[in-house]
Amino acid sequence: MTHFPYLDVLVLLPAGAAVAVAALPKSLAKVARALALAGSVATLIVAAAMAAAFHVGPGGFQMVSRHSWIRPFGISWYVGVDGISLLLVLLTALVFPVALGGAGERRNERSFLAWMLLLESACMGSFLSLDLFLFFVFFELTLVPTYFIIGGWGFSRAGAAAVKFFLYTFLGSAFLLIGILAVAFLHRRATGHLTFALPALAARPGFGAGTAELLFAAFTAAFAVKAPVFPFHTWSPDAYRESPTAGVVVLAAIMAKLGSYGIIRFDLELFPSASLRFAPVLIALAVIGILYGAVVAARQSDLKQMMAYSSLSHLGFIVLGIFALTTQGLSGGVLQMANHGLYTAALFLLIGMIYRRRRTWQADNLSGMQKSMPVMAAVFTVVMMASIGLPGLNGFVGEFLILTGAFLTHKWWASVATVGVVLAALYLLWAYQRAFHGPPGGGDGPLPDLSWRERAALAPLVLLIVGIGVYPAPLLNRITPSVDRLMAHVDASAHYRQPTVAREGARVLATASPAGARP
Amino acid sequence: MVTAVSLIPLFPLAGFVVLVAAGRRLGNPLAGWLAAGAVTASFVTTGVTWLGLLARPASLRHYDQVLYRWIPAGGFHVNVGFLADPLSMTMALFVTGIAAVIHFYSIGYMRSDPQFPKFFLYLNLFVTSMLILVLSDNYALTFVGWEGVGACSYWLIAFWFDRPSAATAGTKAFVYNRVGDVGYLLAMFLMFANTGSLAYGRVFGAASSGHLSGTVATAVTLLLFMGAVGKSAQIPLYPWLVDAMEGPTPVSALIHAATMVTAGVYVMVRSSPLLALAPATSTVVAIVGVGTAFLAALAACAQTDIKRVLAYSTVSQLGYMFLAVGTGAYVAAIFLMVAHAFYKALLFLGAGSVIHGMHDEQDLRRMGGLRLYMPLTAATFVVAWLAIGGVPPLAGFWAKGDVLVNAWAASPVLWLVGALTAVLTAYYVGRETLLAFYGPERWKELAQRGPHAGGPHSGSGADGGGPAPHESPRLMTVPLVLLAVASTLGGLLDLPLRHVAFLTAWLSPMLVHQRALVLPAATRLALESADAVLALIGVGAAVVLWRGGRAHPRLEPRLLYLGWGLNQLYEALVAVPGRTLAGFAATTFDRGLIDGAVQGVATTIEATGAKLRRVQSGYVRNYALLIAFGAAVLLGYAITRTPL
Repeated sequence: MTHFPYLDVLVLLPAGAAVAVAALPKSLAKVARALALAGSVATLIVAAAMAAAFHVGPGGFQMVSRHSWIRPFGISWYVGVDGISLLLVLLTALVFPVALGGAGERRNERSFLAWMLLLESACMGSFLSLDLFLFFVFFELTLVPTYFIIGGWGFSRAGAAAVKFFLYTFLGSAFLLIGILAVAFLHRRATGHLTFALPALAARPGFGAGTAELLFAAFTAAFAVKAPVFPFHTWSPDAYRESPTAGVVVLAAIMAKLGSYGIIRFDLELFPSASLRFAPVLIALAVIGILYGAVVAARQSDLKQMMAYSSLSHLGFIVLGIFALTTQGLSGGVLQMANHGLYTAALFLLIGMIYRRRRTWQADNLSGMQKSMPVMAAVFTVVMMASIGLPGLNGFVGEFLILTGAFLTHKWWASVATVGVVLAALYLLWAYQRAFHGPPGGGDGPLPDLSWRERAALAPLVLLIVGIGVYPAPLLNRITPSVDRLMAHVDASAHYRQPTVAREGARVLATASPAGARP
Repeated sequence: MVTAVSLIPLFPLAGFVVLVAAGRRLGNPLAGWLAAGAVTASFVTTGVTWLGLLARPASLRHYDQVLYRWIPAGGFHVNVGFLADPLSMTMALFVTGIAAVIHFYSIGYMRSDPQFPKFFLYLNLFVTSMLILVLSDNYALTFVGWEGVGACSYWLIAFWFDRPSAATAGTKAFVYNRVGDVGYLLAMFLMFANTGSLAYGRVFGAASSGHLSGTVATAVTLLLFMGAVGKSAQIPLYPWLVDAMEGPTPVSALIHAATMVTAGVYVMVRSSPLLALAPATSTVVAIVGVGTAFLAALAACAQTDIKRVLAYSTVSQLGYMFLAVGTGAYVAAIFLMVAHAFYKALLFLGAGSVIHGMHDEQDLRRMGGLRLYMPLTAATFVVAWLAIGGVPPLAGFWAKGDVLVNAWAASPVLWLVGALTAVLTAYYVGRETLLAFYGPERWKELAQRGPHAGGPHSGSGADGGGPAPHESPRLMTVPLVLLAVASTLGGLLDLPLRHVAFLTAWLSPMLVHQRALVLPAATRLALESADAVLALIGVGAAVVLWRGGRAHPRLEPRLLYLGWGLNQLYEALVAVPGRTLAGFAATTFDRGLIDGAVQGVATTIEATGAKLRRVQSGYVRNYALLIAFGAAVLLGYAITRTPL
């Protein structure tokens, strides 16, 4: 049975739109804008159709499309989607049109739009690739548009920030490339067959435990920089601050997830034993990141820098969930990637909208904005509460699952991480108080509240933030089978068993003897 | 009609949604009537549900309605489900009842506020959250309500957000509550790890079947109590409740007196099957409770702000409720909770009426003689004073008496501290009543001396030179009268006599871990009489000392005025070092050390590279383009090689 090649279209459609936009003559700026938006909206529609066609229940890859590419090296165009990548694909498809609609740039517009669309293709490709080499190409390809977007449309120190971002993540990628090549060639040495296909490599690794640990370190280095994981985060405050709004939205909402996604997709698939072995290290770094990011965020007056440290903290939760190696932790981590994408995108869009009005995003220079902009204040509050983890909004569901799952395997680290929920409230509420509460300041008169265009850009994000908070089950029902498959893979390869209660829930009591009966 | 249980929170939720969509269009006062109507509908539905439950035999009074599966993940799942049982219905009845009264009062109180519709939007969301809290059938959904009421409390405390003190108080309330929430969250993790569930039925089932060890039960209950300490403002987390008085007075009455702050007590009573396995926790709860009751009552004696007296009083009364929980007297805790809701809401609404009539004056030192100007407010305030003071036969006498009798049964020391607190309670509310409504009209003298320099909490208050105080409109006084009646007759809910102890009969079948009270009738009678005498001593002392409206500075040391200086302590021990540490982390450590190391490596590489490199500018740009080019070549290769 042949079905509509959803995934190929998802990867190629934005790139095609990018080429078309770039090819337009300069005089047709409006057409370029409409074309770019149409291209990204079309991608969103295809993604939605793909999600509708996605089968709930099976944990494996669906809608797989495989074409041999560089045959002598066993490299193929190999894409597929499962419950772990599904949400990230949808997130990507949603965030790009929102960013283009809510935070476009007017100067040199065609190039900007083309770079953004190319970036969308690269992100889609990264999340869908099942071939390690193909993944690497897309993973690297994300750097190029990002570099030009930061450098070309960023703020005063954008040049330096773009270089720092590029070099830092590029260095990480160098490890990743070596790692990928080693995995493939070691596999060939073991099987006599050169391939970069993830399922084949995961099913029959060609290396021993010691090598696996080295390779794990190489892969994880690249992903830890991208996420970022403490202490590899210092590029992010600069890059976030200097990026134009659309750039930072994509950077924080989507590209950060390339790191955590890479850890799940490649570290856990290829090196389950090493992942298990290094889990305590990464959990420690994650928890340090949770607290440290929040503490440093509390000291920032620069809202974009605050968000950079906030992301460090939130990504810490995701990494904690992953390396908890329980169904709850991992499912929560996957869900939280999408959740973080939604509220981070919304917060950065809002910060951009503040900048458009006040020419600053320093909380200390803003005051009393709630007076003249009640709607913006309301939207900001909802999104902020989602980020704080207020139950009923999306952030809580992911955080709660992560901590529940982490508590089963790493009780004390999970307990320490829970303190992070206090700190998250602290820095965000302080920032909100400085910017929105108090007497109106600035002296440049009342500010216009959100325009209809801005409301339209924020509306889908806010609706999803509330919707996922109230009814996350449809998403979790799609995530969990794939997480279970991955956990089974880890269990089988690493001779590991997650705690019974994580799988069985209250059924554990049926088999256990009463505590009082124990001597 | 127990099946209506899920409808109870839906009415205020619908009200909230309508107000979000069209609140500004509905405007003043329509938005208020809509919100009040929604809560009234909820109250009626609760009544119907309650009657349905009442019609069942006592052993079958338990109905669990699961709406949908909320968070499923492996062996973990949490439902959105609502529970109708005697405890949840008691809570829902008094919450919706008081909330409805306060909604109507607020239509009058907020009459001239430009954010009128928004106020009712928050108020409806609050009632929704509170109902989710008390009706939920599991700990996680209760936590949704628990945090929801906290968020609404934040929004409503900071309602007048352009006042920096209000904004700060809102933030502070949220953060203090979150500290407690860490305990609640950890309790849930521990519960799931040990029972595989967060549903009340399953967790308590595991407890009663012996699957939960005493150690785990103790840890879980202590952690839950940590949450309760935050939410219900006990030592050491009570300072937020005092600052919460920055919010509009109806908010203080509804959220910070009658309902939200009792959530901690509710969760502990709900968890009584776990407490049964954890005697150590019960001891801690009782000691913290009685200690808070006593110390907060002392602090209340030295306050000059009409609302701050009541804030400390609330902290103190909540302490009594925890004393009851800790001594296993769960019914007494609920009885006091309901009675307290009546008379404390009445006190706050009375204070609101005074503030309203005095044109935003809140300082007791600038009041006096108001009974002549607002007789209805004064009369109902006096009723509330005698009720909270424990003068028979008003509600407080019975409810507090019940707590103290049980405390005696547990330990005479607990009783003694509780009894001293009772004297103080009758005294400090009396002091407040007399300063506000009796004695010389000090606001007149102040007006003659010219505008005052502005007290610590005068806010945007008018100075004494404004128009004379006036009685509040009917919309505000009718709720006062209703609550005064409830405060007077509230004791009838649970008289300590067989056949008329309705609340005990209603709750006991489900609160099976309630400690049986074994006291000789004579002891009991002696204790009840002692209560009455203590109340009269407090009342008498207040009348003797404060009848003339003269200040007694020696009775009011600064330490008490500051509420034992916890704010100052936290500032010195937590805030200052915290800021320093965060500052160090942000600058020296993060930018200096970590980023410095990165930059250092980069600089070294650059220095070596500079000698080899020919193209100086656009080095990275070239790299970037190279990647793009490489990708394009690969893509081209793919396209040409792909068999189509």
